[in-house]
Amino acid sequence: MALVNIYIEGKHYQVEEGLTILQAAKACGYKIPSLCTWRNGECSLASCRVCLVAVKGARGLVPACVGRVNEGIEISISDPKAVKARRTNVELLLSNHYFDCKSCKKNGHCELLEVANTVGARPEMYQGAKTPTTKDELAPALIRDTSKCILCGRCIEACKKAQGIGILGFENRGFNTIVAPVQNRSFNNVPCIQCGQCTLVCPTGALMEHNEIDKLDKAFEEGKIVIVQTAPAVRAAIAEEFGEKIGTAGTGKMVAALHRLGFYRVFDTNFGADLTITEEANEFVERFLKGDANPMLTSCSPGWINYIEYYYPELISHLSSCKSPHEMVGAIIKSYYAEKHGLDRNNICVVSIMPCVAKKFEKERPQNSVDGVQDVDVVLTTRELAQLIKRSGIIWNKLPDEEFDDDLIGDYTGAGVIFGATGGVMEAAIRTAHYLVTGKEMEPIEFEPVRGLKGIKEATLNLDGKVIKVAVCSGMRNAKVILDSMKAGTCEYNFVEVMGCPGGCVNGGGQPYVNPAFLPNEDDDILDTYIAKRASVLYKEDENRPIRRSHLNPDIIKLYNDYLEGKYGSHRAHELLHTTYNSNREKYKD
Amino acid sequence: MHLRKDALEKIISICARYKDEPSPLMLVLSDVQKEYGYIPLEVQEVIAKELNLPVSDIYGVVTFYSFFSLTPKGKYVIGCCIGTACYVKGGQLVLDKFSDLLKIKPGQTTEDGLFTLDALRCIGACGIAPAITINGKVYPKVEVKQVEGIINEYRALEQKGA
Repeated sequence: MALVNIYIEGKHYQVEEGLTILQAAKACGYKIPSLCTWRNGECSLASCRVCLVAVKGARGLVPACVGRVNEGIEISISDPKAVKARRTNVELLLSNHYFDCKSCKKNGHCELLEVANTVGARPEMYQGAKTPTTKDELAPALIRDTSKCILCGRCIEACKKAQGIGILGFENRGFNTIVAPVQNRSFNNVPCIQCGQCTLVCPTGALMEHNEIDKLDKAFEEGKIVIVQTAPAVRAAIAEEFGEKIGTAGTGKMVAALHRLGFYRVFDTNFGADLTITEEANEFVERFLKGDANPMLTSCSPGWINYIEYYYPELISHLSSCKSPHEMVGAIIKSYYAEKHGLDRNNICVVSIMPCVAKKFEKERPQNSVDGVQDVDVVLTTRELAQLIKRSGIIWNKLPDEEFDDDLIGDYTGAGVIFGATGGVMEAAIRTAHYLVTGKEMEPIEFEPVRGLKGIKEATLNLDGKVIKVAVCSGMRNAKVILDSMKAGTCEYNFVEVMGCPGGCVNGGGQPYVNPAFLPNEDDDILDTYIAKRASVLYKEDENRPIRRSHLNPDIIKLYNDYLEGKYGSHRAHELLHTTYNSNREKYKD
Repeated sequence: MHLRKDALEKIISICARYKDEPSPLMLVLSDVQKEYGYIPLEVQEVIAKELNLPVSDIYGVVTFYSFFSLTPKGKYVIGCCIGTACYVKGGQLVLDKFSDLLKIKPGQTTEDGLFTLDALRCIGACGIAPAITINGKVYPKVEVKQVEGIINEYRALEQKGA
């Protein structure tokens, strides 16, 4: 890459050609405030005007997020006009803001407040009429509160570019402009998959998960037996909420915290992941041998399920009928576990700690209830768990490492752990499918082609002469490519893993915010590396587990022998562990 | 609401008309607006599918430009200019008078579907301010006392036609 000479405040630097002023300044050790850029310019509408700088010879001030460096450019961040303009522009944003910071759940992570402090904005500077606001609390997963929106457009870009969907857009004009789904509808009444990727990029509290801590409090108050389970991806990120570096495993401390929060039992959703694998691998092998896997699609990700139901209902028959792991655990707790311990299933409250906001929606699907009792009652995100821990006065750093409870469904394998990273379900399924088809265990156990963060990965397996083509994709933009090829009849895969969020659950919509402004101890490139760092936590835990194949989990073997009629895919297993999909979902409900 | 088959085909053919344009959305919307007088969500969904754009993009454009309408317009669309020149010359008073007599606010349509009242920001006729347009016909230097006569003119036209 060619270098160009640039000058910032008269100092000479050399940077790569073609960078934006914002990127170039960062490379030279300057941070220009910005509210609309995200991930090094991946989303940049130049809408916030908070990054204005002076450029010698330019007609006016230049927005650093879209202005590019050229040979000899002379940039000034400290130019008095630029300093004033940045402050005024933030003050104008604040003039339409409500400042209910005390009750705002984004408090502590709010970029608007951070930028306002940086530029020295005076919130009382401009006062007048405010744009009428909307608060949408109808959707189980997401809340949209336009009183906090600064119209930066990051969420629009995230939905359109990262997911290829485009639910959110700018509406109306001038003072009445809002960011909303069409007709300012609720997320519940548009084909939104409720993945929550928008909540990860929102600089304020305008887009948040639907907080369910109150529901948990109520369950405790009512004297319910409250049993908690945690998804694999949560342990890979929860420590970040307590100031630890991204990529720090938080398994032991997280379990210790949950033990101190009053839960009756602390289980790992990985048991459910193992159960998903035995059922799903078995379903795949059956379908493959019948020639009915062209391809079979995984069904663990509720955002993805929403996507196929809304946008490709004609392909639903390709989905595995398996419930997602935490739903399986919920169903097993309320049947097998309750019966073995003589507990009343109506008095059990199952709480899932998930990296996901769509799981909040999923738990309310009527298909995920048995006899009118929901498999899972409360879903909290990783972020909500952190709130819960902080609220309870627990000091993270002083927690010991503790183990999940060993009680009927406590054991889990390395195969379950890697579910949290894109490719993990496929790798886990292959380990078991290999055994089911050949009768031999797969060696070596690692299956590298499905690892890593590429949007679409593919591999071919040869199981005793039976050739199986598999693919792994994450993010709906990538899923669309495979679904379109299926529609066109050109798809040659037999088995495809799809995850709703780019990078899989470790980058789920309920995971801690990764915002360099609040992470002074992380490297500059953290936005490019955090997903891989979180995934590595899971692969390491897999490596260290004594058992790494789902079908060898002793608690799983016992469950099948004692309760599920001794075999995979039995009638009982179907009643409890499998689900159905809705091919007739109305996109724009009235 | 479901679209009639002929309407659906018509909209698809309008989209096809501009398929080679680098940015066909405005052209398509403009033709659909002229053809049907409004662009409801159901139609936007069809256009979204044909042009491979998110519906939210289309909705954003439709709600941005006052030329596009989400609801059917009346037979006679009265556009009152309240751009700077017309406003200074009393355009707002003219608009208010129409609003009073027709019992609708700007942007609304009378119950009988006869009149739609729009407030416009400069129609480029500042020399004859305050100006109004009715279905494209320009009325120069309109005074408040003329408004009732103008409305009656169209009501009479309608009665003669009926």
